[in-house]
Amino acid sequence: MTVETPIRFSPLSEWQDDFAQLPTGLQVRELPYLTQLTLRVAPGSAAAKAVESALDITLPGPLRAELSGDVKVLWMGPDEWLLAAPEGLQDELLAQLRSAIGDEFAAVTDVSAQRTTLALSGHLVREVLAQGCAIDLDPRATPVGSCLTTLLAQAPITLVVRGEGASSVWLLVRSSFASYLATWLVDAGTEYRGSSG
Amino acid sequence: MQLIACPWCGEREEIEFHYGGEAHIAYPEDPYALDDEQWAQYVFFRDNPKGPFAERWVHSAGCRRWFNALRDTVTHEFLTVYGIGAERPSHTSTAPAAPRAKGQEASR
Ligand SMILES: [Zn+2]
Repeated sequence: MTVETPIRFSPLSEWQDDFAQLPTGLQVRELPYLTQLTLRVAPGSAAAKAVESALDITLPGPLRAELSGDVKVLWMGPDEWLLAAPEGLQDELLAQLRSAIGDEFAAVTDVSAQRTTLALSGHLVREVLAQGCAIDLDPRATPVGSCLTTLLAQAPITLVVRGEGASSVWLLVRSSFASYLATWLVDAGTEYRGSSG
Repeated sequence: MQLIACPWCGEREEIEFHYGGEAHIAYPEDPYALDDEQWAQYVFFRDNPKGPFAERWVHSAGCRRWFNALRDTVTHEFLTVYGIGAERPSHTSTAPAAPRAKGQEASR
């Protein structure tokens, strides 16, 4: 018996037309299929150091993300990070990290299907997010490289600040919440349509 | 909305947290040595003080870590937060001792 392989689709593949209607001050784009691995390791341990030298980065501390390399490293908890890399690198990255870690104590798990990523940019991003998120996106409170797991319109998200003053952010959202969040974003952006934004 | 200071994430809205009951209830060292009444005490009986109360909380919508907190049950004020394995801090006054995060900076 053969099992048909379902065709892969991203949670927001049907939303491009709606996103295109948003004002220029609020550009929304899905970054589908990013490679995402969860890393559980005690900070400062031999395994953590092995990961750091394998990726040539320092694991970021609380509420921070390391965005310099191809593999972005997002702080998720005191002994937990999310590694986000371009599409299709799961196997390669898993193998690289597992061989670097060797017999030391750590866990690396492929969670690429768990979340999708929304890239938001424009001068309205901060104002629109403020309608559903309690986090202070003032650059003094959340400078570039901030990484906060919180709620946006009651949906669990991880927010990564990529541009000064939240002019560019990533929202990582669980796949099953993605269309709800897209609906909310499009609705929240509607009032700015046709304005100079 | 009340803000709760997660030891890792700093102050967040209370809807990001869940309550985990009284803290420092240790599992019996030898459960088989307990009679029914002692077992019932362990499972069901909790303190209900008017004033500071040591509780477990979890930052479920954030870092998803458990921590302990000393909360005044009269004012709902969080007097302090501390590690899940740490001793209950001695605390009698109602002066705020919770770590205040600057912006979103971690408190440690
Ligand atoms: Zn937290």
